[in-house]
Amino acid sequence: MTSSPHSPSADRAQPTARMPLVPALEVIRDLRGESIVLTTMGSAREWPKFSPHPLDFHYIPSAMGHAPMLGLGLALAQPERDVIAFNGDGCMLMSLGCLVTIIASGAKNLTLIVLENGVYEVTGGQATAGATAGVDFAGMARAAGFLSVASFDDLAEWRAHAAEMLANPGPRFIVLKVARVADHELNAPGPMAERIAKFKAALGVG
Amino acid sequence: MILPGEEVVAVIEALGVTHVVWLPDSAIGPWQQALEASKQITLVRVCREGEAWTIAAGLWLGGKRPLVVIQNTGLFESGDALRNVLFDLRLPIFALIGYRGYLVPNSPDTAKRQTEPILNAWGIEHLLIDSVEALPRLQKFYADCQTAGAPGVALIAEGKG
Repeated sequence: MTSSPHSPSADRAQPTARMPLVPALEVIRDLRGESIVLTTMGSAREWPKFSPHPLDFHYIPSAMGHAPMLGLGLALAQPERDVIAFNGDGCMLMSLGCLVTIIASGAKNLTLIVLENGVYEVTGGQATAGATAGVDFAGMARAAGFLSVASFDDLAEWRAHAAEMLANPGPRFIVLKVARVADHELNAPGPMAERIAKFKAALGVG
Repeated sequence: MILPGEEVVAVIEALGVTHVVWLPDSAIGPWQQALEASKQITLVRVCREGEAWTIAAGLWLGGKRPLVVIQNTGLFESGDALRNVLFDLRLPIFALIGYRGYLVPNSPDTAKRQTEPILNAWGIEHLLIDSVEALPRLQKFYADCQTAGAPGVALIAEGKG
């Protein structure tokens, strides 16, 4: 028997179906009610264009990978509110332990949505190790203890099931397989101090 | 040196802390029982120290008073999260950081050697707590940091002299 070079990525089916990013985000915009919405990276680029809500917080500049933890802190501080935190898949790979931290905290009012496009978009589209390995984020979340977990690669399916997902017992973990966006410029939507002051005022703590 | 958990927690409560976000070491770990018994403090366990700073940031934004409790090795590990929370978001987050090896004479421990230079490089004000008798100084230091709206670190001396 002869051996041949083995490529792990060749063994895993790569998703070909992806939904457009902005319509996928707009589903949450239309369902968020009075939830806190936390954006970072690509979601922070797009969300301010269509959602000027006082309970939006755009985590930019960020420590990459840490949006879920900022969301957890908000969820623990404001247990009467729901917190929806977006995260990129490259970000998610940087702090997978946070899935366990979220479960260990006991917080139920947090929804973590991973926008999975397989690349580091803001640096020009290099493949993530997760894309190369065919990572299963939903499987990781289930293994960490999330009970409400779903993955969508079709916009119509996402639209049809989003409300149900957000109503499921928390914490919730949703993967949206989204297409890359060509415009990857990322700019902060205003001075951070001002944004923090407005956000805290909207929460009634500032 | 291991500070008694009940005395440390009494000081933390007096600071008005609502949440301790921690990943303990062998000197700090004995505080667990007293922290869990506190009716004022919620204990939040993290998997890696960087998480503590951003959880603390979220708590602060949400109107709570968090305290990060980690070892100096965790300080090094959490650099980017610390950078972002303290210097991008500019939040006055306070931390108790276990100063591994501090009390060991001539310790070759690089964690001991690098702790204060790293804090100084970041420009983070810090106070050394090297005995139970020193704990009251923590309260004044914390109050001064909060008044200034600045972050601060209390280094908890560890090791056997």
